[in-house]
Amino acid sequence: MRLLVLALAVCLITFLMSAPAMAQAAGAPDSGAEKIAKLESALASAQSAGDNAWMLVSAALVLMMTGPGLALFYGGLVRTKNVLATMMQSFFLMALITVLWAIAGYSLAFSEGTPFLGGAKYLFLRGVGVEPNADYAATIPHQTFMMFQLMFAIITPALITGAFAERIKFSALVLFMCLWVLIVYIPLAHMVWGKGGFLNAYLGGRVACFDFAGGTVVHVSSGVSALVCALYLGKRHGYAHEPMKPHSVVLSVIGACLLWVGWFGFNAGSALAASGLATSAFVNTHFAAAAGALGWSAGEWFRNGKPSVLGAVSGAVAGLVAITPGSGFVKPMPALLIGLLAGLVCFYMVVVIKGKMGYDDSLDAFGVHGAGGTLGALLTGVFATNAINNALKRPDGHAVALGLADGHPGQILNQFWGVLIAWVLAGVGTWIILKVVDLILGVRVSREEEIEGLDLTQHGEEAYNYEG
Amino acid sequence: MKKIEAIIQPFKLEDVKEALKHAGVDGMTITEVRGHGRQKGHKEVYRGQEYNVDLLPKIKVEIVVPDGRLEETVKTLADAARTGKLGDGKIFVTAVEEAIRIRNSDRGEGAL
Repeated sequence: MRLLVLALAVCLITFLMSAPAMAQAAGAPDSGAEKIAKLESALASAQSAGDNAWMLVSAALVLMMTGPGLALFYGGLVRTKNVLATMMQSFFLMALITVLWAIAGYSLAFSEGTPFLGGAKYLFLRGVGVEPNADYAATIPHQTFMMFQLMFAIITPALITGAFAERIKFSALVLFMCLWVLIVYIPLAHMVWGKGGFLNAYLGGRVACFDFAGGTVVHVSSGVSALVCALYLGKRHGYAHEPMKPHSVVLSVIGACLLWVGWFGFNAGSALAASGLATSAFVNTHFAAAAGALGWSAGEWFRNGKPSVLGAVSGAVAGLVAITPGSGFVKPMPALLIGLLAGLVCFYMVVVIKGKMGYDDSLDAFGVHGAGGTLGALLTGVFATNAINNALKRPDGHAVALGLADGHPGQILNQFWGVLIAWVLAGVGTWIILKVVDLILGVRVSREEEIEGLDLTQHGEEAYNYEG
Repeated sequence: MKKIEAIIQPFKLEDVKEALKHAGVDGMTITEVRGHGRQKGHKEVYRGQEYNVDLLPKIKVEIVVPDGRLEETVKTLADAARTGKLGDGKIFVTAVEEAIRIRNSDRGEGAL
């Protein structure tokens, strides 16, 4: 990609410069220094064009993961009477979080502040224009970076909706999500990715916890919050007595496939450039998804005698979750291993542990994102290597040893701190927010409303009007 | 007049319709139903949640025939619907007091 851009740039420059050069031949010719300066600026703008093109596509891909990806994945798993409400929970966040992000969210996450929360510099997106912000990404417009990050802030709360599907009051969901993004997501995003963030190894943080694309920020935080939500809200009426079969595994398969494709933007886009590192992340993402699907299927085949379609696609998602933090740090073979382990572990969490513990994490947001995210974050400490990512340099210019693979076992502990902070912040924060929302609005619909279904009681619509 | 109510396997519907047409039965009513007799259901597993599905999809065929055509119709229907395995279904016969054609108020066997 880079080579192609370079070649194109050189052609372009030759073409552009030939005409003026001839015109100037009679007058004062350009000095050598001027020519070089022009060449450099043309090269930079060519690289910027390539990077920006990839990052705009990546941002769009990540939005596609929420709608329609997650909306379909979750929508297919609920009963017919709740499918619209479930899709709305994803779709509405696309609108709600966007407005929050524009007004204050981006500033609180990504402007400089304390190690735990950003400042007010970018409130109302003041000063966030097309000029790059070199702290984060020197070759793309600051607004592109802002939009890319926005898409992460949208999908993360949407993932939680799997835990309280089929029983949350819509008004409570809206308030909960506003508070959750402000109190849990934004501080965590600042700590891991923001300039001066506590866990940001690249921009002056205290603890070097590697999280390439959101293993802790996105998956541990949403997964743990999902567990707290499932415990707080309690089981659906009739759970384990009445049949609660997914109303359409077909929708879920389509949704999972869209998630898989969107994840290329999520992980490879996190390179913030159309670079070799983006390709590494792209390869790892795909490999982990494939191995995850095989891992879950193998577990199910062995245990139940049949590999289910829902199991295969759930395994792919588990693999994608687990590779997220390490996608820009590990080699392809470890990516296969991480995906395979995630498929097996998440299968075990969802099928065995959840049954024993008895909580109703309706669509397994914790079993997949909490468990897979934690596993992936820790394994990043094992397999991260500067052969893939050499952006961290020692003062003498050599690349820093990253994970155990580079002979730095201490990294696993660093990863553990990151995971612990994410667990505690998500766990405690979510519980407090639920308490507050419960006091103000009540989080759960009435028993009658739950039996009638959220589509009718919360939105006044039905999903499938075949007679209409 | 007798009403024949047959619960059959859904995949046998075309055979039954064809056979009844050959036997001269002009009209019938079909309903998609669920039920079970001695046939066992099956197990479905979604992410570890097991569901025993014992009410299986069946087709209910309803026909009303003159008394004299009862035996022939029942035999035709049973022969066409039979596979010889559990789950083939059942036929119930009941007496019908009256039949009325809505279009012109014909009554009795003439209305069939």
